[in-house]
Amino acid sequence: MIIANEITGRLTWGAFLHALITEGAVVGMALALLALAALVTYKRRWRWLWTEWLTTVDPKKLGVMYILVAITMLVRSGADVLLMRLQQATSVGSSQGVIPTSMFQQLFSAHGTIMIFFVAMGLMFGIINLVLPLQIGSRDVAFPFLNATSFWLFAAGMALVNVSLGIGQFSAAGWLAYPPLSELQYSPGVGVSYWIWSLQIAGIGSLLAAVNFFVTILRMRCPGMTLMKMPMFAWSVLCSMFLAMFAFPILTVTLALLFLDRAIGTHFFTGGGGGNMMMYVNLIWAWGHPEVYILVLPAFGIYSEVVATFSRKPLFGYASMVAALVAITILAFSVWVHHFFTMGAGADVNGFFGIMTMIIAVPTGVKIFNWLATMFRGRIKFATPMYWFMGFVGLFTIGGVAGVMLAMPAIDFQLHNSLFLVAHFHTMLVSGVLFGDFAGLIYWFPKVCGFRLNERLLKYSFWCWFIGFIVVFVPLYILGFMGATRRLDHYAASTGWQPLFIISGLGSLIIAAGLALLILQVGVSIRQRATTRDVDGDPWNGRTLEWTTTSPPPVYNFATIPVVHGRDPFWAAKQEDAAPPETRAFGDIHMPKNTPVGMFVGGFAFVVGFTLIWHIYWLTILAVLGILITAAIRTTSTDESEYTIRAAEVARLESSRQGVLV
Amino acid sequence: MSAAEFAAGGQADARDIEVEAKAIFGFWVYLMTDCVLFAGLFATYAVLRDNTFGGPAGYQIFNMPEVLVETLVLLMSSFTCGLGVLAARGNRKAQVLGWFAATFVLGLVFLSIEVTDFHSLVTHGSSWTRSGFLSAYFTLVGTHGLHITIGLLWMAVLAVRIRKTGLTRGNVRRLTLLSLFWHFLDLVWIFIFTIVYLMGAARV
Ligand code: HEM
Ligand SMILES: [Cu+2]
Repeated sequence: MIIANEITGRLTWGAFLHALITEGAVVGMALALLALAALVTYKRRWRWLWTEWLTTVDPKKLGVMYILVAITMLVRSGADVLLMRLQQATSVGSSQGVIPTSMFQQLFSAHGTIMIFFVAMGLMFGIINLVLPLQIGSRDVAFPFLNATSFWLFAAGMALVNVSLGIGQFSAAGWLAYPPLSELQYSPGVGVSYWIWSLQIAGIGSLLAAVNFFVTILRMRCPGMTLMKMPMFAWSVLCSMFLAMFAFPILTVTLALLFLDRAIGTHFFTGGGGGNMMMYVNLIWAWGHPEVYILVLPAFGIYSEVVATFSRKPLFGYASMVAALVAITILAFSVWVHHFFTMGAGADVNGFFGIMTMIIAVPTGVKIFNWLATMFRGRIKFATPMYWFMGFVGLFTIGGVAGVMLAMPAIDFQLHNSLFLVAHFHTMLVSGVLFGDFAGLIYWFPKVCGFRLNERLLKYSFWCWFIGFIVVFVPLYILGFMGATRRLDHYAASTGWQPLFIISGLGSLIIAAGLALLILQVGVSIRQRATTRDVDGDPWNGRTLEWTTTSPPPVYNFATIPVVHGRDPFWAAKQEDAAPPETRAFGDIHMPKNTPVGMFVGGFAFVVGFTLIWHIYWLTILAVLGILITAAIRTTSTDESEYTIRAAEVARLESSRQGVLV
Repeated sequence: MSAAEFAAGGQADARDIEVEAKAIFGFWVYLMTDCVLFAGLFATYAVLRDNTFGGPAGYQIFNMPEVLVETLVLLMSSFTCGLGVLAARGNRKAQVLGWFAATFVLGLVFLSIEVTDFHSLVTHGSSWTRSGFLSAYFTLVGTHGLHITIGLLWMAVLAVRIRKTGLTRGNVRRLTLLSLFWHFLDLVWIFIFTIVYLMGAARV
């Protein structure tokens, strides 16, 4: 059947043939890339692209690249969603809808995978890179080169998912690829292999990034910033990275074992041979549940910053906020069984995990009340980040209540794998994670780019998202009660579900409009930037250190490392009307040199993944050697990996920047 | 920081100390994540241990004298590795290279015993495809072996670097990290020795 070839493995011309609609997407993507390359060539920007971006180790630039990738993936995944919604609205009774079942399965698998790994994780790491070093008064992260490598591994994983569109096909086994369906016997194609390797590579990148930021926060805070004086965003990142450090190795193991099952015939999760598929489900959720907190905690941190800034009050209950974060971090590892109450673990086990799940809602509630108390009697300014926050509070509370319902095993037996569940987790992910990241992007955009975004268009965008969300997902809650299961691409007319599916489909168009507005308003904002320029680096009357430097900040963030004495140091300084900055003595600044090594590692990792998927093993070996040799050269080369900006040069740069400021 | 730097005439300025502290702390954190990875594999092994599916159980295939030799060799390599680091602190380059050569050879011996052992299991029909138990066994022990291989490669590269550039501050730091890694693998092996081999052979 499948003939393995020495040179090209299982890769044949057939792998490039697809349904028309997929070919269209592939051609579109290829054309977009070509157009981009042509533009760069025309503008003679290749050298600039290489030295300023591709080889950069500056977290601010890496952050921008993360976010660009994530937004691109949001658009791709958005297109997937529209197709799914169209299918579910039309495929009823004798009509088979617009796409075949096999494609529908790939769509929901790709959508879930991309949204979690390449949109939500990408936005999160992007914002962390942009903001965290600035917020803790640091010039850089602990391991800048490792940071760049993390980004390129993320990009390699993203590339693999998208290549599967054109060469072969993607997994049809859902975003978590449960066995036995994902085993070779039932998924003999390359789809699940694409899934495994894109997640494995991106996941290792995330693990390294987590170690990096954890060390950064613990070792690189500016003088005076004790842990209990850290901004809440930094606290949330600390907790999230801690979770990631413990969760991602489990993902690495799980994916590796599934790969071994498929590649060399081990029996970890197989039906026969002494395998245990329940073990897979346990392992993947031992990563998966912490993962949702990894994503949502930084978003909580963003909301904390936004609410305090726009209420012009210190965050209410700082210590209880920290305690809540830490409690969530610990509890996050004790609830994973709620994802499979129906698998027969027994009443006692289910009861325990059900109760733990309800308990974890308590610290989350504490945070909600603290935010509301922060707003209470504040002089609230309703800038757009606050809109996303307000939308979040309403939706997240509804989604949380739905979650507590699902936490009761008896109810879960009714609603497991129904559209009620789909509606629940989208409420949490969209309002919790996505809205939070949007709020953060809008809030910190002026810091990065030097001007504010268009408030009016952003408000339109918000309303589209908010209303669209309700129109999409309220019908799904109802459909879930009516018995509609998830991942359904066809149903009988007698169910009476079609009107609700049509409403939901229309809602997704409203969300699409919101996304389009969100992206297009950037263009408008760029054209209007003369009027929205952030001249003093502090567009929102901010409280924390990132607002004390210019927008955009210099490579070294701060000419002299700040010293802080309390929480909200910048706010305190402004209240006291502190004396004009004394003439400071500048010192030499050491910064890491740019290097393409991170990109090479990412490139080799891509080749490793691709060749393992297609059984082109000779090339796998070469690519692994490539990684090893690159690493060896990097550690044995005696070149300085840092350069120095002399004090005099710093003084010159600073005075020219001051000139801009005045 | 250590005597070595002063002996080497290096100046322990605050920045170097900071870089060093960061690297060592970061490496500890990385080791913790690696620990979680092994914990995952141990858990898998514990679940699948009795799933022999008609194939051999642990006590039927473990060659305990050989495992004991492996263990002693690895323990000894940890010892020589420690001596190497001590020599680096005293800035005795030739000794450092000597001790690490010994560590390297011991590591290689460990690895070759493991590989021959795996080989004979496979040729006797007890490969990883035979049962869930054997899948878990090969994967857990093999992952440790893979780590040892990476450690050996690292050791070789670092030796070249030390020969080229001497016991600089940076090199001593790298050596410290390598020795942390090596001791960590030793520790993991102790768990493998106990949980896989001893408990397997004793049928507990
Ligand atoms: C923005 C609007 C979004 C819409 C309209 C949407 C729509 C959908 C639809 C139609 C499905 C398939 C439901 C089914 O099984 O019948 C789905 C599944 C899923 N979505 Fe979304 N989604 C959105 C955003 C997100 C985001 C932001 C995330 C994560 C951060 C996400 C994660 C997932 C996951 C994990 C699945 C499950 C995939 C599977 O069944 O394997 N979605 N979504
Ligand atoms: Cu969960």
